[in-house]
Amino acid sequence: MKKTSRLLLAALALTTSMAHADTYKVDTEGAHAFIQFKIKHLGYSWLYGRFDKFDGTLELDEKHPEKAQIQVNIDTTSINSNHAERDKHLKGKDFLNVSKFPTATFKSTKVVTTGDKSGMLTGDLTLHGVTKSITFPISYIGGGDDPWGGYRHGFTGTTTLTLKDYGMDYNLGPASTQVELMLDIEAIKQ
Amino acid sequence: MKLTNQPRNYGIISILLHWSMALIIVGLFALGLWMTSLSYYDPWYRQGPWIHKSIGLLLAALFAFRWIWRISNITPQPSDSLKPIEKKLAHGAHLAFYGLIATTLMSGYLISTADGRAIEVFNWFHIPAMGVAFEDQEDIAGDIHYYVAFTLIGLAAFHGLAAIKHHVIDKDNTLRSMTFPKH
Repeated sequence: MKKTSRLLLAALALTTSMAHADTYKVDTEGAHAFIQFKIKHLGYSWLYGRFDKFDGTLELDEKHPEKAQIQVNIDTTSINSNHAERDKHLKGKDFLNVSKFPTATFKSTKVVTTGDKSGMLTGDLTLHGVTKSITFPISYIGGGDDPWGGYRHGFTGTTTLTLKDYGMDYNLGPASTQVELMLDIEAIKQ
Repeated sequence: MKLTNQPRNYGIISILLHWSMALIIVGLFALGLWMTSLSYYDPWYRQGPWIHKSIGLLLAALFAFRWIWRISNITPQPSDSLKPIEKKLAHGAHLAFYGLIATTLMSGYLISTADGRAIEVFNWFHIPAMGVAFEDQEDIAGDIHYYVAFTLIGLAAFHGLAAIKHHVIDKDNTLRSMTFPKH
């Protein structure tokens, strides 16, 4: 009885919080969203790459951005560092092991606004079969009507991951143990 | 020894092609296994694949010549001591070798050219990419390259054992026809 009422309460809380939230779809179709990474090569330069295939949704109530929810699913097989032999290595067992872990996901759990256009995003990142809660700063860039009758918002955020934390311990050298993940998302109201 | 193939024995060109390719293929197999196990900071991490790809592409040229030589020459008849089923098996194995070698060469080429990059043959010349043929090309071609190479080496081991069996147990002309034939 107690359990049921608590569940009902939770469901009620969920529906009220969602009442004014709109659903947005990350614009992968028009390619106005990017999931890129950079990692140091030998400690001498930055190497850039990206994931070509992903999708995502955003639940956003413009009046209550702190209640926003975002989920992104990344097709790890789509990693692209502009070099097939390297991508083959990155997709192999030394790194992403994509045949076993074809998807990486990020699901937000908390949004804290720190300013008009800035906030801290917390969520569960599942990568290489390891789920960890990460928090990183995000910025709101802009949003509004687009010229073609739609409505959209855009965000950017960057976080640094330690490869070892996600079970990837291939030795790339002491300068290359961390990778910077850059998330640029434009989302269209559905 | 004759240059061209004879009714019962291989000619010197076929013999040289056979043994040089056997040596190169076993060498490439060993190099391929070893180089993919190297760590990123190993001096051979880049050198190994460079040599593997260079020799692999030269092998492709040799393979093409071998195919031309095969169809423009007679194929020596197997020893009379072979049972009809053995003759069929041997013929099938020889054809399988051609298929396996061609597949290994092609898949190797498709790994390295999956992004449109050319392959450098030593410091000599480049073989251009043909363009991307299918999605995830480097992965699919990589799997094919790996498993087909193992199959090829497995068949080569079987082929070698069969040759020794014919030489030692059956005491027939099989091994001699491909080594030091008496014409």
